[in-house]
Amino acid sequence: MYVAVKGGERAIDNAHAWLAEERRGDQSVTELSVAQIREQLSLAVNRVMAEGSLYDPDLAALAIKQSRGDLIEAIFLIRAYRTTLPRFGASQPVDTAAMRCDRRISATFKDVPGGQILGPTFDYTHRLLDFKLAAEGEVDATASAPASDDPVPHVTGFLNRDGLIQQETPDDAPPPDLTREPLEFPATRSLRQQALARGDEGFLLGMAYSTQRGYARNHAFVGELRIGAVSVEMEIPELGFAIEIGEITLTECETVNQFTGSKTEPPQFTRGYGLIFGQSERKALSVALVDRALRWAELGEDFEAAPAQDEEFVLSHADNVQATGFLEHIKLPHYVDFQSELELIRCIRAEAQSAQHQEAAE
Amino acid sequence: MTNDAQYNFAYLDEQTKRMIRRAILKGVAIPGYQVPFASREMPMPYGWGTGGVQVSAAVLTPDDTFKVIDQGADDTTNAVSIRRFFQKTAGVAVTERTSEASVIQTRHRIPEEPLREDQILVYQVPIPEPLRFLEPRESETRKMHSLQEYGLMHVKLYEDITRHGQIATSYAYPVRVEGRYVMDPSPIPKFDNPKLEMDAIQLFGAGREQRIYAIPPHTSVASLDFDDHPFDPAKADHPCVLCGTEESYLDEVITDDEGGRMFVCSDTDFCRSRQSHSEARR
Repeated sequence: MYVAVKGGERAIDNAHAWLAEERRGDQSVTELSVAQIREQLSLAVNRVMAEGSLYDPDLAALAIKQSRGDLIEAIFLIRAYRTTLPRFGASQPVDTAAMRCDRRISATFKDVPGGQILGPTFDYTHRLLDFKLAAEGEVDATASAPASDDPVPHVTGFLNRDGLIQQETPDDAPPPDLTREPLEFPATRSLRQQALARGDEGFLLGMAYSTQRGYARNHAFVGELRIGAVSVEMEIPELGFAIEIGEITLTECETVNQFTGSKTEPPQFTRGYGLIFGQSERKALSVALVDRALRWAELGEDFEAAPAQDEEFVLSHADNVQATGFLEHIKLPHYVDFQSELELIRCIRAEAQSAQHQEAAE
Repeated sequence: MTNDAQYNFAYLDEQTKRMIRRAILKGVAIPGYQVPFASREMPMPYGWGTGGVQVSAAVLTPDDTFKVIDQGADDTTNAVSIRRFFQKTAGVAVTERTSEASVIQTRHRIPEEPLREDQILVYQVPIPEPLRFLEPRESETRKMHSLQEYGLMHVKLYEDITRHGQIATSYAYPVRVEGRYVMDPSPIPKFDNPKLEMDAIQLFGAGREQRIYAIPPHTSVASLDFDDHPFDPAKADHPCVLCGTEESYLDEVITDDEGGRMFVCSDTDFCRSRQSHSEARR
């Protein structure tokens, strides 16, 4: 006899209890602390902060712990927390030219004022498993040098002085807020940058890669990639001037792209730009390439119908919290809709079969 | 949730609720028109009812009695999850009885029992745009709605008839509201479409797609069709084995691996109240 699909409440409770047990894993193994995640899985923490759009390493580490290392789940936890927070106001634009750089490289010039600083990078490591780490991960202190007080000007500024790179016009209009207004098209560049900064790293990597392989090809030179700390300042109405409220680490990437000129613009270099929370080089590069591809209309280039040029396509599908939610919702029951499809297909088949019988009889 | 006190009544802050209520009012003023709204991340995933949850959060008051159904049933897992969410964050009374509820959130069904003027039906909507699968671009579909350019939809329905002898859409069957906007009624079976003209107010929330729309009470809602192919709200041609009704939408339940099956009401409250009525009569 039919047993109704009952017991939803008990099933959910039991599933959650089991999930908690699985998250903890073997109890004879020491539990991971939030501080350990924050310090030793810092690039995962950075990704969760960037795509969760909330700069808080401790909360990001907690989210990673709670999500069993599923970073998209962790990003979702952070987003759902972030949306409940009150909004006090907007900071001043951060001054990345004054960044205290841990890493700063240019691929377009051999040497630049302020120097090339490799910093903590995987770039020239050989990807060989370090079996010593399986036993112990203690490291010797690295050599250190006093920080230089020399200014570290933006590399694209040198090109700008000669008029070789397209001038960006400053805009004092308050930027739109993707989290407080619905996304509508066409989007301004600052709105696109917001969406890309929160967008899924893997999706944007694929989009950027597609431009390198000829879908809206626009060869990008890394004019500059810099990672470091900047001060965040906010104007306090009672004081009437801006004060420093904290410091965040950012990755900034400016690409220099070939441009042969168009009806409206002379031949010159153009720019793509990416600015991401934390050390997130791959993401910053990807955003810069996709940003450049999306600027085809503004620069008078042709629309080649490449995915990375298509603003609606890129912005509507870059958010992994939206994407994963909708993708995974197909696990929910759909038996009402499926039933109506079942009725329909039976009906259409019955009609087709009776038509065939009739033809055979004639 | 151990930190209930940190959240506002029904989870969302009052500013956000005000923004959502404005969108609802606009939707009611323009029946069937999709109003963009700044959807928030909710603590459940997009695609799992966040639009409906935000609309419910914006309309619920402490005196309300709340009911949640998914596929017509109160005890499906996601319905349980959403009902618990509002029990926790709003502390409202909940019920499984359609007639006792003042706000009903639903996914994929309209209750069989006719709703009253003092009730609100909140739909969870996955894809609010009825033209989406004919034209993927939002910038285009908005233009089509403003120009009432619905030819493409009629061509699609016509092609169905030439190919299959009938309109091959069985759920999320498009409707025209008050003679103006073509609207997606959410993935309810087309069996439910005639019920869209009702006494209660109907609110539709699509969280991921950031859209809210509405059908005010007593609004005309016509399922799209042709004079020679009138709309047919078909359902399985069986009675419910539990309550015997021939009027309700049925789920097909597979009972063994030899082709055995049975049909039962998808609306669990409707079925249960019919069963208890017939027991009382005996």
